Amino acid sequence: MKPSLLKYFVVLLLAGFLLGMSRPASQSDQQPLPRLSAYGFFEGPLAAQRPAKGVVPYDLRSPLFTDYASKLRFVVVPEGKQVRYHGQEVLDFPAGTTIIKTFFYPHDARKPEKGRRLLETRLLIREESGWKALSYHWNEEQTDAVLELAGASTEVRWTDESGKKWKFQYLMPNVNQCKGCHSWDGAMRPIGPSARQLNGSLQQGGPTQLRQWADAGFLHGLPEDHAAIPTIAKWDQPETGSLDARARAWLDINCGHCHNPHGPASTSGLFLDIHQTDPAVIGVNKPPVAAGRGSGNLDYDIVPGHPDKSILYYRVNSADPGIMMPEVGRVLIHEEAVDLIRAWIQEMEG
Amino acid sequence: MKFLPIFLLLLPIGLSAQQVDEAFRKQLQNQLILAEPGDTIDIPAGTFLLGSSLSLDEKKDVVIRGAGMDQSILSFRKQQDGAEGLRITNSSNITVMDLTVQDAAGDCIKAMNTDGISFVRVRTEWTGKPDKNNGSYGLYPVSCQRVLIDGCEAIGASDAGIYVGQSHLVVVKNSKAYHNVAGIEIENTTMADVFDCEAYDNTGGILVFDLPDLPKAKGGNVRVFRNHVHNNNYRNFAPKGNIVGTVPPGTGVLILATDGVEVFDNRIHNNITVGAGVISYYMTETPIQDKDYDPYPNAIYLHDNDFARKATRPTLKNKIGLLLLTKFGKNVPDILYDGIPDPASLDANGEFLADQTICIRNNGSATFANLDAANDFQGLSQDLTPHDCTRSALNPTELGMGNP
Repeated sequence: MKPSLLKYFVVLLLAGFLLGMSRPASQSDQQPLPRLSAYGFFEGPLAAQRPAKGVVPYDLRSPLFTDYASKLRFVVVPEGKQVRYHGQEVLDFPAGTTIIKTFFYPHDARKPEKGRRLLETRLLIREESGWKALSYHWNEEQTDAVLELAGASTEVRWTDESGKKWKFQYLMPNVNQCKGCHSWDGAMRPIGPSARQLNGSLQQGGPTQLRQWADAGFLHGLPEDHAAIPTIAKWDQPETGSLDARARAWLDINCGHCHNPHGPASTSGLFLDIHQTDPAVIGVNKPPVAAGRGSGNLDYDIVPGHPDKSILYYRVNSADPGIMMPEVGRVLIHEEAVDLIRAWIQEMEG
Repeated sequence: MKFLPIFLLLLPIGLSAQQVDEAFRKQLQNQLILAEPGDTIDIPAGTFLLGSSLSLDEKKDVVIRGAGMDQSILSFRKQQDGAEGLRITNSSNITVMDLTVQDAAGDCIKAMNTDGISFVRVRTEWTGKPDKNNGSYGLYPVSCQRVLIDGCEAIGASDAGIYVGQSHLVVVKNSKAYHNVAGIEIENTTMADVFDCEAYDNTGGILVFDLPDLPKAKGGNVRVFRNHVHNNNYRNFAPKGNIVGTVPPGTGVLILATDGVEVFDNRIHNNITVGAGVISYYMTETPIQDKDYDPYPNAIYLHDNDFARKATRPTLKNKIGLLLLTKFGKNVPDILYDGIPDPASLDANGEFLADQTICIRNNGSATFANLDAANDFQGLSQDLTPHDCTRSALNPTELGMGNP
């Protein structure tokens, strides 16, 4: 422990230099900074999350569920470097890239003027040797966020759009748990920013984010033909896709990062990423492998027409840590998605 | 009224025993995250209540050491977060020793994608009566290479106490498993030795399984020897849907679909339903979708084991048990073969090809039955002649790592 404390002092000194710079420094294989403010990602009060020059906000079509938390997403690509387009997997970000995600809850979603509480800001930093994940926990005063490796939990209270009052323990993962999801052949990598997820615009009627990135000069290889760029349904917006397309979109982002041939759940043989087409591989009449009590006394992952006989439905509809799927990243049940999965299995033909 | 103050004094003590020790968890998790090659992380004596999983990732040459199996106890009774007690991933040469992990929400200790993982004098247990709500696996290395499990104890798992899945080069020795559904299970694993272990009071003692739909499709070269496998007559408390849920209570050693298994020099005593069974996946009555899957056990050698069994009824909780009761009453045969041969393992005369034989020899006075399950049990036979052969011994497994 002691040598690393020493590292932090060195890092604090370094942070001073960084603060003086107009554009946030690229994060190349340096020690993590102890405070979020030190990176210079934002202008003005840190809690306002106003991106500095070179920090690009972005959004996903079907995001991962994290206990109904709202998320702000940004990416910083080092000046003069380019992201390489990829049709299927996440885009290939150059060394020095930082992906920034801030988790928050509005105090009252019906009254945005009442403000919000920022809980944590996670950084995914692309070093020469690979990706690294860090989590910064916001202080009570909302003036800064502090690096925390070992994770923590905090009580959250907020009121949603319907006026429902929530109170629960929000969990902030330790850095190893980050990799429980962010893993590809054992190495860390981002989950969200794939072409299909970024193939939408931030403003209604505007160009897609991919097109904006390409026009700004930091995305290389985007096909000119828009039809050649994959897209994914927004799981909660029926006009964006069929029931099947929306259920698969939800499974892709919530399950497919682990349940794919390269993910931590590869040993299960159950693959839920969007690219799978074989019904057996997505769980239809597939017996579980190591589900234990996660099986819920059921025989198959999916029984077409019978959500109540389907282990997949049983596990997304649970908040018991020994049963639920995904197995980290939430303490609540994603009720609306559970309804979607239920309808999807119900309509499935055997 | 005069007792009230004493009651109030005791109350805070009672409550503090229920609370998770978050400061301890944070410190230990920080140590795990910051560990450098060569580090030993010491866990002091005491019982520590943890609310979320501990994890070690991408580390090399790290030892996690308690003060003794009975001294350092990590209890996950109040777990809110994470499915395992301790999770070890993408690492090499990791040793966990001299501690107990208790009552995890899912598995007690899971190791994955790790080359060189040793568990030495580690106990995993679910306390209280065995229950279907207990976690699945006690010690659970999966997709690992060079696995050593030595001097460990596994208790109360609703699936397998010691479960090695989809791994290569495995030694399980001097270990004890009881009150699990499966005591020790070796699944889709190549080059594994299980010896000098005691498996008792489980539903099934030692299982060697190959299952379909898995990335590592085939196990093999598994040796089970010098073990004491006795009284595995515990009720099957696995949640339905799990393959071990099909194991009949009263099973000693069971080989399911794996090719290349040698079982010898074991004492297999008082397992009321099956002393040793050699069966195909068809016996689970689960449909097979995996087109590349081989559901038949071939190249099996059971020899020099000591079987003993008191005259008693087999389990009545299972179809096979009921069948055995009808055919044999209280004198159930020690060794069972389901009699569903792999068509590809037979020659034109219906005899096993030399490299595919199922040989059963020198097991003292052990009795045998071929269930002829392929023909609805019509041709059930106790003739051992077709299996009276020898096979060459399988190669021992060398881990190539020193004992810590």
